[in-house]
Amino acid sequence: MKKEVVAMLLAGGQGKRLKGLTKSLAKPAVYFGGTYRIIDFPLSNCTHSGIDTVGVLTQYEPLVLHSYIGVGSDWDLDRRGGGVYVLPPHERENGSSWYQGTADAIYRNMNFIEQFDPEHVLVLSGDHIYKMDYNEMLHFHKEKDSDCTISVIDVTVQEATRFGILNTNDDLSIYEFEEKPSAPKSTLASMGIYLFKWEVLKRFLIEDKKTETSSYDFGKDIIPLLLANNKKLYAYPFSGYWKDVGTIQSLWSANMDLLCEEPELNLNDPSWRIYTKSPNQPAEFIAPDAKLSNCMINEGCVVHGEVNHSILFFGVEVGEGSVIKDSVIHPKVKIGRGVRIYRAIVNESMVIPDGTVIGSEDSVDIVLVHADDFIASPESEREAMKR
Amino acid sequence: MKELIGVINLDDELDQLNELTYFRCGAAVPFAGRYRLIDFVLSNMTNAGIVDIALFVRRKYRSLMDHLGEGKSWDLDRNHGGLFILPPDWNDPTDISQGDLQHVHNNLDFFYRSSGSHMIHSGSRHISKVNLREVYKQHMDSGADITLIYKPVAELRPEHEACLRMDVDEQGRVTDIHKELDHPNLYMEMFIMDKYKYLELVKDCIAHGKNHFFQDAIQENRDRLKIGAYKYNGYHAVINSVESYFANSMELLCRENYEDLFRENPIRTKIKYEVPAKYLENADVKNSLVANGCTIAGQVENSILFRGVQVGKGARISNSILMQKCVIEENAVIENVIMDKDVRLSGGVTLVGDSRKPFVIAKSSQI
Repeated sequence: MKKEVVAMLLAGGQGKRLKGLTKSLAKPAVYFGGTYRIIDFPLSNCTHSGIDTVGVLTQYEPLVLHSYIGVGSDWDLDRRGGGVYVLPPHERENGSSWYQGTADAIYRNMNFIEQFDPEHVLVLSGDHIYKMDYNEMLHFHKEKDSDCTISVIDVTVQEATRFGILNTNDDLSIYEFEEKPSAPKSTLASMGIYLFKWEVLKRFLIEDKKTETSSYDFGKDIIPLLLANNKKLYAYPFSGYWKDVGTIQSLWSANMDLLCEEPELNLNDPSWRIYTKSPNQPAEFIAPDAKLSNCMINEGCVVHGEVNHSILFFGVEVGEGSVIKDSVIHPKVKIGRGVRIYRAIVNESMVIPDGTVIGSEDSVDIVLVHADDFIASPESEREAMKR
Repeated sequence: MKELIGVINLDDELDQLNELTYFRCGAAVPFAGRYRLIDFVLSNMTNAGIVDIALFVRRKYRSLMDHLGEGKSWDLDRNHGGLFILPPDWNDPTDISQGDLQHVHNNLDFFYRSSGSHMIHSGSRHISKVNLREVYKQHMDSGADITLIYKPVAELRPEHEACLRMDVDEQGRVTDIHKELDHPNLYMEMFIMDKYKYLELVKDCIAHGKNHFFQDAIQENRDRLKIGAYKYNGYHAVINSVESYFANSMELLCRENYEDLFRENPIRTKIKYEVPAKYLENADVKNSLVANGCTIAGQVENSILFRGVQVGKGARISNSILMQKCVIEENAVIENVIMDKDVRLSGGVTLVGDSRKPFVIAKSSQI
């Protein structure tokens, strides 16, 4: 079946910098925004952009991710002749190995792409929070007759040193790509969204594969290779909310961004719903002694105590006299009485005993509370230790 | 639970909820912040593993069909079996059936094609968490022809007046069915019986020009049938008037009732993909149920907010039920009000109803 675009979503990343959150979970499956997982964003974007064929490349801890995606019905991606396909690495006649890099992952799924005989292939990553109409990028890509279009966002000069930076001519054609430059020449950062002519990409994937020294990566190898071969590369400027949520700090602050009165990332837009697997919980119960301000609370929560500038995922219980401030509480966490939580992310299903104190109001760092490294200490014990 | 098929019969259910049932049947009335009344009986059936479910509808079922779709939210979108919404077929000239027997007569195929040997018959006005597996087991063990489900209530309330009562002897046999108002055993409009036995009784009723299955086949024959009784002890509410709707909704604000209804076995409903509820800077929310998609900047107390409700700054809401997508503008005040979907209340307006007789505002009104 001929398709104009096939999307390939890279979802195999471990996300080491998210520490305990990704201990048994691939990064795209990490929770965000009170009800979502990160991967909901690119998948919903695909649906809204009219892209109905999406390959999801998985590798690290795929269990949750695979069962979460299922047949894709939550994103309307349970289509005939398309839909969502989960593509883990697999053994072949000439041996087996994990995906070596982003380009290798696509290379090894060429047969998957070929069956749709697409004009273009859209490569996405599963670790960013944003709403984007890929269809507009496709129009730009076709208008420029581009071989490869990379979506870019304007960042500050300081930030530019952390990203892949694209240097462009006035017509937005790319002449140079620099990975994390110490002295950036421009502030156009790659968003990790690539749109290729499939015929061109295929040729260069095959060529790259022959190079034994290659790291088989889009940023490090494929893009420089295309530039060296005088292919037409364009930068597609995106303006809107886009956030890499690769660290505890950035994940926390992206969550906090949702708490202002009119957040830049509007999740309450009926024309661009972010789809997610419904946890099917009753309306939340706000007790007579609750004090809530500047917060987002999901269904299934039972809230006593005080919640200030925080996000509670579904099924969280907050006991009497507890205070939660500047924090993100993942699903099904049970918080006892008289607990105080400041500037923290609490991983799912944790039980926080009565009187526990986590984090402090004026610290810069964000505390991650998860099964491994956190031993709940009641306040009385802390007081005893101080003495 | 392949042995059981479900029949939800809405034919007897009158549209008793005033403005709330002007344009929808009772089963489609929204309840508890995100559900509709039908969700409770449907979830009880699917939680017991029943996959063949027929729904007999006659009037105002558009919004019910919209809500149920192909039954996907209840896992009833099956290749074989699943959910059947069965409107009546009036075109058969030889059909002499009447009343709710018409539905059975017109849809015999459903009964013959579904694989279960027994059927559970229910309405949608009694909200409960009855365990239908247990009922089935008791029915089979007792050897009864039919088992009726009843709730012995501790306190009789106005909405119970319309309910039939049952006398049950020590062996769990029903000895009488009547309408004695001070009797505590409420018949929950749910029974279980052998499918073929049921069809036999239906045919017999039709042949004798009868028109109401329960009355004519069960109540009239209570001496000839072995009628068992299943005693249900869990959460129970009867919704058959605006007052009972309001009172029972408000009682969910007691944590014990909330947990009885929701803690075990999920109640499923149509998925909406809303954002978690947002409480802004000066929000003051107490003792309330709030669903996703709400944005609250004002004061909310003892109230139930359905999905997507917006409460402006300085607005005060107490003892009220606001259905989906209602908008309460700044400084408006409401007390003892039930607002149907999509109502918009302009800034500064005050609406006050009586705590026993709430003010009901019809769908999509602008005030």
